[in-house]
Amino acid sequence: MEMKSTRESFGETLVELGRKNENIVVLSGDLEDSTRAEYFKKEFPARFFNLGIAEQDLLGTAVGLSMEGFIPFVCSFGVFLTNRAYDVLRISVCYNNRNVKLIGSHTGLTVGPDGATAQCLEDIAITRVLPNLTVLCPADAIETKKATRAMAGINGPVYLRLGRPPVPLITKESDPFRIGKANLMREGNDVTIIACGLMVSESLKAARILEKEGVQARVINMHTIKPIDQEMIVKSAQETGVIVTAEEHQACGGLGSAVAEVVTQNYPVPMEMVAVHDTFGESGEPEELLKKYHLKDMDIVEAAQRVIRRKNR
Amino acid sequence: MIRSMTKNKLDISKLQSDLGGLARQFRKEILEIISGAGSGHPGGSLSCVEILITLYYYQMKHRPAEPAWPGRDRFILSKGHACSAVYVTLTNRGYFPKEELKTFRKLNSRLQGHIHTAVPGVELSTGSLGQGLSVANGIALAARLWRGSPRRAAKMRQSDFKIYCLLGDGEIQEGQVWEAAMTAGVHKLDNLCAIIDYNKVQQNGPVAEIKDEEPLAAKWQDFGWNAVEVDGHNFPELIRVFDEFAQTPIKSEQTKNKPRLHRAKPTVIIAHTVKGKGVSFMEGQNQWHGKAPNQEQLAQALKELGY
Repeated sequence: MEMKSTRESFGETLVELGRKNENIVVLSGDLEDSTRAEYFKKEFPARFFNLGIAEQDLLGTAVGLSMEGFIPFVCSFGVFLTNRAYDVLRISVCYNNRNVKLIGSHTGLTVGPDGATAQCLEDIAITRVLPNLTVLCPADAIETKKATRAMAGINGPVYLRLGRPPVPLITKESDPFRIGKANLMREGNDVTIIACGLMVSESLKAARILEKEGVQARVINMHTIKPIDQEMIVKSAQETGVIVTAEEHQACGGLGSAVAEVVTQNYPVPMEMVAVHDTFGESGEPEELLKKYHLKDMDIVEAAQRVIRRKNR
Repeated sequence: MIRSMTKNKLDISKLQSDLGGLARQFRKEILEIISGAGSGHPGGSLSCVEILITLYYYQMKHRPAEPAWPGRDRFILSKGHACSAVYVTLTNRGYFPKEELKTFRKLNSRLQGHIHTAVPGVELSTGSLGQGLSVANGIALAARLWRGSPRRAAKMRQSDFKIYCLLGDGEIQEGQVWEAAMTAGVHKLDNLCAIIDYNKVQQNGPVAEIKDEEPLAAKWQDFGWNAVEVDGHNFPELIRVFDEFAQTPIKSEQTKNKPRLHRAKPTVIIAHTVKGKGVSFMEGQNQWHGKAPNQEQLAQALKELGY
């Protein structure tokens, strides 16, 4: 299957947006080579600012630019944009409801050998809790292109969660992308798997394995974490009776928690969460890390089997 | 009143008495709304009254009837807890009805306990210290971008504004302030003027004892700024330094006596002030950083202010 990283797709799309809209400016925390914002820098040097290693100032400066009608795209590692600059994100960006776009690359364990300090496993939890902020986590490079265009088109703060390694292209150019509307990737009525980011790809693999055992798994690509698609979640809970969530993030506060909030308040069904469980990561190759921390297709398969047993109890 | 005078023909003594009266009135209203709310921050509000009057009655281009006028000078209150002083200033300039001051810090009010953009004339909601200067930098960069783009002819006429950012002395212990100071210096944001309300007292004691900031002017100069020190309660002095900033291109590093403001640099005005200024029992007292006067204390304070 063809592979491409989400950050690569973001960098290309940002240039395309820059050509169409001269109000787009890009701010970088000295990581434009890693985030691929350097493509924009090459073509539009006057609209690009590397403000150095100072993420609080980076977000604050973006807020000032947005107040004068510019659309700032702020690019850094997810771990620095969210964790490091959190209070600025909360007050200057979200409380003021500014039109600032945050692009956090290198999220999740798949940063790899850089280890735990760079492996952002908390960003979904701490961004989705903030009022006014939209949170996106595309599944592949094709969807990242659409997400980048979509975030430029709405007025308000948006956080886009991206990854470092090339991931399989599992969505199609023709698939619709609407913020807040999840995409159904596969039909099935025995269990629903709701995933985001590269875990959508693992979920599709899991569904194919389950099919061989006679289990029809529905797979949902929850590319928008906030506002979450409540309708799709409730409908799936009703139609399949059990849910597995899968994310490259802490179980605490992440996609699984967001889905549980909807399920428990509307149509309670058993759930299992495939996620990182209250531990930091470590150095290693992406695939090794996904295996060790139980974020592979087989982990999803096992979670599906567990949750189906609970249904029949 | 003062706006009707030309900058060249200032009658300094008249100015002192007129603006002095205004400052007394502002202090009265600040104390009244804090007392009415039963909470608030009198110390750091009373210390910045003359700075705000100089900005809103003399220095800044602005239109109270048109708060979003694109040509306005921008003002950011980074020390968001001093909002009572800004609310009083804005209502006296006509941004919103004075009647509304009674709602300060109450439920369903626009007048939030830390400054909020719901109030006409307020650019940015703040309250968590240290964040305003970065935002001011962003506005300054934006003005430069508008100026620099030939395709933005319409906007160009509106990009010739100045950006003022008022910070507290305790506030600048926040690291983000120095990230922002470095950005403004490196990018030579000469349309930006930061003002430090240097009242020497923070919530739990004297700044010099908690985290001494001296030599303060030298720190900013090292970050690439013009730094000028003034008596922050003296109108003629404040007017002189703000004038110097607004007419920035006075390049004379060789001038012997007084180093003037250098073009191509941001400017910081270090305003030496007194916390709780105007009320004997509040002056210099950290206990009055965030406490409301009771009825008796209010009466005493108003009496001292000549009411």
